[in-house]
Amino acid sequence: MAETSNYLTGVFEDEDVLLDAIKKVRNSGVKIHEVYSPFPVHGIEDALGYRRSRLSIAAFLFGITGTSLALIMQIGMMGIDWPMIIGGKDYIPVPSFIPVSFELTVLLAAFGMVGTFFVVANLKPWGKPKIFDLRITDDKHVMAVDLGKNNLDEGKISQILKDSGASEVNKKTL
Amino acid sequence: MIAESSVREPLVTGHKTLHDVSNDIAGRVEDKPSKSWLLATAVSLAALAVGAYAVWMTVWHGIGMWGLNKTVGWAWDITNFVWWVGIGHAGTLISAILLLFRQRWRMSINRAAEAMTIFAVICALMFPILHMGRPWLGMYWAIPLPNTFGSLWVNFNSPLLWDFFAISTYFSVSLVFWYIGLIPDFATIRDRATNKISKAIYGALSFGWDGAARTWSRYETVALILAGLATPLVLSVHTIVSMDFATSVIPGWHTTIFPPYFVAGAIFSGFAMVLTLLLITRKVYKLEDYITIQHIELMNIIIIITGSIVGIAYITELFIAWYSGVEAEQYAFLNRVSGPYWWAYASMMTCNVISPQLFWFKKIRTNLAATFVLSIVVNIGMWFERFVIIVTSLHRDFLPSSWAMFYPTIYDMGMYLFSIGFFFTAFLLFAKFFPVINIAEVKSIIKATGEKVKSNG
Repeated sequence: MAETSNYLTGVFEDEDVLLDAIKKVRNSGVKIHEVYSPFPVHGIEDALGYRRSRLSIAAFLFGITGTSLALIMQIGMMGIDWPMIIGGKDYIPVPSFIPVSFELTVLLAAFGMVGTFFVVANLKPWGKPKIFDLRITDDKHVMAVDLGKNNLDEGKISQILKDSGASEVNKKTL
Repeated sequence: MIAESSVREPLVTGHKTLHDVSNDIAGRVEDKPSKSWLLATAVSLAALAVGAYAVWMTVWHGIGMWGLNKTVGWAWDITNFVWWVGIGHAGTLISAILLLFRQRWRMSINRAAEAMTIFAVICALMFPILHMGRPWLGMYWAIPLPNTFGSLWVNFNSPLLWDFFAISTYFSVSLVFWYIGLIPDFATIRDRATNKISKAIYGALSFGWDGAARTWSRYETVALILAGLATPLVLSVHTIVSMDFATSVIPGWHTTIFPPYFVAGAIFSGFAMVLTLLLITRKVYKLEDYITIQHIELMNIIIIITGSIVGIAYITELFIAWYSGVEAEQYAFLNRVSGPYWWAYASMMTCNVISPQLFWFKKIRTNLAATFVLSIVVNIGMWFERFVIIVTSLHRDFLPSSWAMFYPTIYDMGMYLFSIGFFFTAFLLFAKFFPVINIAEVKSIIKATGEKVKSNG
């Protein structure tokens, strides 16, 4: 386990209040550790200043790998290793190769992207998540502020969170 | 923030709060199994057990146990295969295509529909594997592996091989899509769990999900791209299944209309099965606020559209057979309509083309009992469609001396029963232990389209 840090958690009831609060808190100079929500909130990544996910690039790269492997496999087997005339077709009948190439493109793109997602998002069956509040997966949005990484004192940050609309502010050591 | 017109009907009724959504859906997982659930599971398991005898006899003695003969070499097995694959099309269609079209009503039905897809595809896969006679070898022969037959490779010209790739890709991608959707909901159940065992199980299933904004942002990208990949995949799967027939030279099979006609038929039967299952689930789990009459009506509208496409395809086939001037083709269709299997053709036409037209009446398409009955009728009709295509095209071939009829044995029936038993057992287990509605997605629309917000103006 990593060493523990002290966090202040602001609990928010409503996603629109939360979005405004993120902007207010960031403008007042507080660094937000992360915001946790029970469902995807639109626009939260912009408010937090996150970059757009590059997983689509990963999916594309895995996809073309799939296409290439499928074509290499089919041309290699039917055209080079053991050429045979089947139904009067060419040794390398390109139209016949379309279905398998398509399927392997989708297969590799999907599995490659999801695998990458699990790795970058650190999702694994034996994963031990940092749970700031059990209500995150139910009905509350939680904004966590790492006290060690902020210069402002605890009381001041707590006041900023409350002013921006947090219904409660708790202290948590993880 | 999601803006939504106030004139639209709310998608979630009953003034639900976010916490109510968790309670209503995750609560069902925490309940003790009810008597009706135990009874239904017992019946499904009994069907599975009886059918297992037919599977055992087929594997032990070979497919000679079935009613196949020299003329009709494909019958119930491939009928059941295509029927199940067809049913397995609705789930990914609902979650992928409706996601790309931003149809938010998909959110309360996609989870159960995807589960149904996965179970239906497993049922489908059973038939070609068991038809191989020696399934333990058959599976290996379909994979392009180096081998000792003089490095003779699989034949990539064969639509049966394309099918192997298509179905296995479809199954695995659908499974991943379904699982990705389940992760945040497993986390909800994990955080509600009161005993250690379920906390550990749902904790492992939730992959350590914490609901961080960064993860949600990546998660949405993944869901969108998976939908983009799954959309052509869904269309490709039944296209390739139809090519099993369309690339052959059998009159009645080698028609170019097959790919779109099979895809429409698949969506048609898939939605019917979704309705059959969800109408029961909705009633038993009291999910009337999530799966509203509006959801059922929209699904019925898709059934009229796809049913009508299928109807047009049937009539086009007849017209083209006549217009082609090919005698064998003309006879195949004449025999289909008026030959010894006329009753199968008539059942197909009635169940698939005529009866769904009743959904033009708003009273019928918003009536639960009528929808339930018609959803079963549609699936009976779709089974007959595959039977008609397969058996009537084969039973009177080019040589009149070899004409024959197909009579199923109890083993044919037992195999079918086995797949039905498996399907319902799997669905019942899903409905008990997994959240039947996507909790996180439904929560994301509560504020925009819940009745609570709408009635406040």
